[in-house]
Amino acid sequence: MNALARHRYHRAAPVVLVLLLLALIAGVAAAVSTASSAEATTATADDVTEGQKLFAANCASCHGLDAQGTDGVAPSLVGVGAAAVDFQVGTGRMPMQASGPQARAKAPQFSQEEISQLAAFVASLGAGPAIPTEEQVDPALGDPANGMELFRTNCAMCHGSVGGGGALTQGKYAPNLWETTPTHIYEAMLTGPQSMPVFNDANIDPEGKRDIIAYLKAQDEGSPGGLRLGTIGPVAEGMWGWLVALGLIIASTVWIGSRSS
Amino acid sequence: MGARVNTAAAGTANWVDERTSIGGFVKFFARKLFPDHWSFMLGEIALYSFIVLLLSGVFLTAFFVPSMTIVTYDGPLATMQGVEMSEAFASTLHMSFEVPGGLLMRQIHHWSALLFTAAIVTHMARVFFTGAFRKPRELNWLVGFTLMILSLAAGFSGYSLPDDVLSGNGLRIIEGVTRSIPIVGEYISYWIFGGEFPGEILIPRLFTMHILLVPGLILVLIALHLFLVFLHKHTQYPGGGRKHTNVVGLPLFPVYTAKAGGFFFVVFGIVALVAAVFTINPVWNYGPYDPSPVSAGTQPDWYILFVDGALRLMPGWLFDVIPMEWEIWGYTLSWNLLIPALILPGLFFGFLALYPWIEAWATGDRGEKHVLDRPRNAPVRTGIGVALITFYVVLVMEGSNDIIANLFHLSLNDLTYFFRIGIFVLPVLAFWITRRICFGLQRKDRELVLHGKETGRIVRHEHGEYVEVHEPLTDQERWLLVSYDDIAPLEIEDEYNDRGVRRKGYRWDRFKKWLSHLYFEKRISPVTPEELEAAKHEHH
Repeated sequence: MNALARHRYHRAAPVVLVLLLLALIAGVAAAVSTASSAEATTATADDVTEGQKLFAANCASCHGLDAQGTDGVAPSLVGVGAAAVDFQVGTGRMPMQASGPQARAKAPQFSQEEISQLAAFVASLGAGPAIPTEEQVDPALGDPANGMELFRTNCAMCHGSVGGGGALTQGKYAPNLWETTPTHIYEAMLTGPQSMPVFNDANIDPEGKRDIIAYLKAQDEGSPGGLRLGTIGPVAEGMWGWLVALGLIIASTVWIGSRSS
Repeated sequence: MGARVNTAAAGTANWVDERTSIGGFVKFFARKLFPDHWSFMLGEIALYSFIVLLLSGVFLTAFFVPSMTIVTYDGPLATMQGVEMSEAFASTLHMSFEVPGGLLMRQIHHWSALLFTAAIVTHMARVFFTGAFRKPRELNWLVGFTLMILSLAAGFSGYSLPDDVLSGNGLRIIEGVTRSIPIVGEYISYWIFGGEFPGEILIPRLFTMHILLVPGLILVLIALHLFLVFLHKHTQYPGGGRKHTNVVGLPLFPVYTAKAGGFFFVVFGIVALVAAVFTINPVWNYGPYDPSPVSAGTQPDWYILFVDGALRLMPGWLFDVIPMEWEIWGYTLSWNLLIPALILPGLFFGFLALYPWIEAWATGDRGEKHVLDRPRNAPVRTGIGVALITFYVVLVMEGSNDIIANLFHLSLNDLTYFFRIGIFVLPVLAFWITRRICFGLQRKDRELVLHGKETGRIVRHEHGEYVEVHEPLTDQERWLLVSYDDIAPLEIEDEYNDRGVRRKGYRWDRFKKWLSHLYFEKRISPVTPEELEAAKHEHH
């Protein structure tokens, strides 16, 4: 390295540059995240206008430009509230991919910001359930034991004993709940999407709903007994008993039998 | 060292023999011959899983409390904290989460219960398809059949013990079925449950049944089953030198004692492995019994699933016109429960139990049979067996209809409609296809005997003809393919004698003729020595 170069490059320059870059990234990230959280909590008149545009472009073909619904195709959305929009669009069920026994969940088609704008627009049409707060759906604040009792009385007949899902009539089904976010679980109870009944606050109070979320999130820990075979119950156990246990043993009888003395 | 051990062993044996004269028995058993085949070990799987059941069961009884007294849970499981439950359920949680090794033992016990029943059914299928139930073994078939029924009772009573929501719903179904029995049903139900369902005495009663009564009966019948195997001697597969009057095999000691002893540990090891890796009956998911909730995916263990399937299959209205629940003088007669849960299993199991006699009537063959049939050489029996299995599997699939619908994105209703037709059509189809396949295999055997094996070597004769060289079978191979019974269908005397008097017993004879024709009207006869000779001359 010649003298000129040594003069130009200070020894600390690389470290200073890295630190500056990190500070820049952190600053931008902080700015972006505060911006998005601010948007999530408050709906402005701007949101409603933006939401109306999104609605006209993406939803109106079935639900109608005034969101009053179309007979035999799509229901009216007046009064379904922001919670219903956040659930249906947030889980990718709407816009519906194809007609069938029921709308399937898929990757969401809109960003959270756009979903909030849509929700703000639909909420502006008539009073309905609002999106729950972080605190309302925090599993850490719930009582999983009470959640267990509420879940098996109100939910397990369709979703299975621990929310693994189950079949309904004519190809409809109650989905698996393990991947569903606490907010979406709460909104589903509030709004009763598709075949699901509404569990309003008189039926299961907000604390009860949070307890149910706590019970479902307790399933993330897995089964103390080992692999859970899809938590399907005795049918899966029977199939594994025949295929794996009896299969392995019969394979060994063939092995022992082939070693004829 | 070796010599000293031998002297010590001989001394001990002599000491025991002088006081019990057991030497003769040991000699007798040690020299008992058994033929060698992997399929003869299927019954052993059942025996060994029963031993595993006894061993793990003794461990579980040390911690299980068979009581329906209500307690409040206080333990390590957050989802059960402060929940009211019976002591039976609480002690099941206690042994699963607080007793070291308890959960593993529970899972070993439950997995080996599934294996026990599965091994019994597989063993029974082997005996059926090879005709090992024929004279003189009809009684032992009945003993084995009873063991199979007892294994269902053992399984169901054990499944219900933890007093969880899943098994409680099973008991609720049993209660409903019991009450559907005309006139006495209500009384029997009250007698079983000590009053209204679920009552407070059921778990202690089931406990006694599960740990004393049923296993005691199973032990006695296993002893009888094995004693009869010794008495009749073991059957053998056909082959050169194997006759109905001999047994070709190896002595119990040392060959089979070593093999069987080792095999026990193979079974135990595989059960322990499966139990260590896979969850079974997670009662902590289902929660303590409460008559109100029923969760999706509520099914019994596999061996009772066919009854559940029959109940799900049964329409409440026949063709939407005829109700399956009648009201007669203010009393309800529930055909929708009686037919699927009692009459149908009764007919199915009754046919299975009586099959050795049915076949004996049909064949009219009264001889002792110690050489087994190859399934293809009894096409009708094999067809009946596959039809029975198909019937059973349709019921099991219908019993799992919600699981199948959910996993494969099908309509639950359509599945049930499909199985409602399938239960009548599929077994008949299975019978017909299986019999066809058997005939095809028999024809292939004839072809092999007459013309030998294809070698793939093509030879060109001087005059230009191409032929494939066929290699004749060895004597041993030919024996296997030609030594089976060729029974002609039964012909009976006329209904009226020459004086026009109606003969007694004609109707029974006519039934036997019908059976015999069902079995033997279409048959492929084995190659006769004359045919073989003729075939040889046909070739060059």
